[in-house]
Amino acid sequence: MTLLTNSLKAVLISSLAAAPAVVMAETAEEKGLRIAEEAKASDLGWKDMQAQMNMILRNKQGQESVREIRMKSLEIEDDGDKSLSVFDKPRDVKGTAFLSFSHPVGADDQWLYLPALKRVKRIASRNKSGPFMGSEFAYEDLSSFEVEKYTYKFIRDEACEGGNCFVVEQYPVDKNSGYTRRVVWLDQAEYRPWKIEFYDRKDSPLKTLTYHEYKEYEGKHWRPDLMKMVNHQTGKSTDLTYQGYQFKTGLSDSDFNKNTLKRAR
Amino acid sequence: MNSQKLLPWLLAAGLTTALPSQAETYYEMSGKVTADLRYFTQDGQFANQDYDTNLSFTVEPEFYWEWNDGADTLTFTPFLRVDENDNERTHADIRELSWVHIGDDWELRTGLRKVFWGVTEFQHLADVINQTDGVEDFDGEDKLGQQMINLSLVKDWGIVDLFLLPGFRERTFAGEDGRLRAGLVVDTDQAEYESGAGENHLDTAIRWSHTIGDFDLGAYWFHGTNRDPKLVARNINGKTVLVPYYEQMDQIGFDAQATIDSWLWKLETIHRDTSSENYWAAQAGFEYTFYGIQDSAADLGVLLEYGWDERGEEADAAVQNDLFMGARITLNDAESTEILGGISHDLDYDSQSLIVEASRRIGDSWKVSVDGRFFSADDQADLSYNFRQDDHLQFTVERYF
Repeated sequence: MTLLTNSLKAVLISSLAAAPAVVMAETAEEKGLRIAEEAKASDLGWKDMQAQMNMILRNKQGQESVREIRMKSLEIEDDGDKSLSVFDKPRDVKGTAFLSFSHPVGADDQWLYLPALKRVKRIASRNKSGPFMGSEFAYEDLSSFEVEKYTYKFIRDEACEGGNCFVVEQYPVDKNSGYTRRVVWLDQAEYRPWKIEFYDRKDSPLKTLTYHEYKEYEGKHWRPDLMKMVNHQTGKSTDLTYQGYQFKTGLSDSDFNKNTLKRAR
Repeated sequence: MNSQKLLPWLLAAGLTTALPSQAETYYEMSGKVTADLRYFTQDGQFANQDYDTNLSFTVEPEFYWEWNDGADTLTFTPFLRVDENDNERTHADIRELSWVHIGDDWELRTGLRKVFWGVTEFQHLADVINQTDGVEDFDGEDKLGQQMINLSLVKDWGIVDLFLLPGFRERTFAGEDGRLRAGLVVDTDQAEYESGAGENHLDTAIRWSHTIGDFDLGAYWFHGTNRDPKLVARNINGKTVLVPYYEQMDQIGFDAQATIDSWLWKLETIHRDTSSENYWAAQAGFEYTFYGIQDSAADLGVLLEYGWDERGEEADAAVQNDLFMGARITLNDAESTEILGGISHDLDYDSQSLIVEASRRIGDSWKVSVDGRFFSADDQADLSYNFRQDDHLQFTVERYF
């Protein structure tokens, strides 16, 4: 009951807060963009981050398969993040490492290190829509959020798990995206995503991603411990969990080059 | 002190100074064991090759230590293969025994290591540091560990690698009872060197590599013992054998890849200067990937490469005027299923070889693969004429731990 009144209150407050915007005749597109900009701005300043990422892949029959990845990222001002990921499981790809310099617009720069051959390979970053390690997460689902990657349309306010949410449609700018649109639920207090519905190239419902167990780091950076992706077309799902988040550990540009890629392990 | 002995001494001295004072050491062991069965469709064309199946096992553990918050690491990777028929293929190697010390913008890597240079898929022309472990497979992708001291410097204008390579590893060749070899057996015990220092010659190399936008570039100079021996026919104890003769060489190499949208454009070129010859050679081509074919998660990559050697038919290299075509299907499924097919066509000798490889993971620690290799050659001057009865299928099971 308290929950309901609270969220009712939140709806009332947010509609009051939204009122001046209506007066200024902000379009749904402008409001969608403004929310994205505010969401991005609210998380700026995390500098660098390290975490352990585990995936549990489940097929239709419920058979499970595990992926274990360690990752480091570096926030780059006025550009996309740099990141370095190392695979621990499955064991046949242990030591394989992935270096990525992402860019808000245009192709990302990506290199793969193959430990058996000791070979660094620059790879095409065009396959944004491809599955990451056989999971239900596409590469584009795991890349950093940049405002320029989408155009926007505010749909409505709606109560959600995180309190009261903005519901915004995002239309990928990149023609290689696997989606026509994403519908995103962001809470109005902290701009945390709680749910994303993905629509495929034919605009049919494809996947739903939900965010769980948010924790706050460094007083402003909210990160989920668990993300669940369900594919409605195949019946497969992937749970993505994060452990041991560390922020501002002192990483710099020199931790993200071909030499660090080769010894990432 | 000869150069062979220099390295263990340096490794030991370096490690003693760098060793952890407290027990802040991280240790990890991993590795794999494999079993593979080759099935040859016919008996070999040479003596002692009258078998159709060959069973072989390998074990390759990796021991890893890390201390000083990861600023010092030690890796030890021994390797052993036991082969049913070929005594030469039954062999052991230290793939890696190296200590790496990491500074802010530099690394010092000391010990037995493997280094890969290059960008193309069908031939690794620019890759020069490590000796080929020729008994492993005929594709030349398997390498022996090389003794080295490698200082790597990260600069704004690229990465510079300086190498001192004390001591040389001889190439391994199939023995009398091995398949996939020439008619005359290579007697590796008789190896000869141009340098008076023999296998103790101190080789040096310097390489620059850098990324500029869509381009990944590399250039190097190598001075030392040519990893590719001349094979000289000799009569030893009344038997004609091939004796490897290792010349000194200076080689410059250049490799480049342009990564543009779904295209990878690749080029490797070398100029090799030895006392018996000097020549240019190149391997160039592209890889184009169709992503999400037929609305599935699968990708299809098509590859086309051309290999050229200035010496033409005089070349003792397998690639002198050869065209390579390949296709790679990656299902992007949970089992990482992959199928690769490749055809090489020798435009001088009009011979072909076909390679098909398929692999997938089973569970979290197993991997199985099936490879097929088929050769067609009818010119005796063609190196692949030796393999014309060595068509085979290979079934491999790998267990990772």
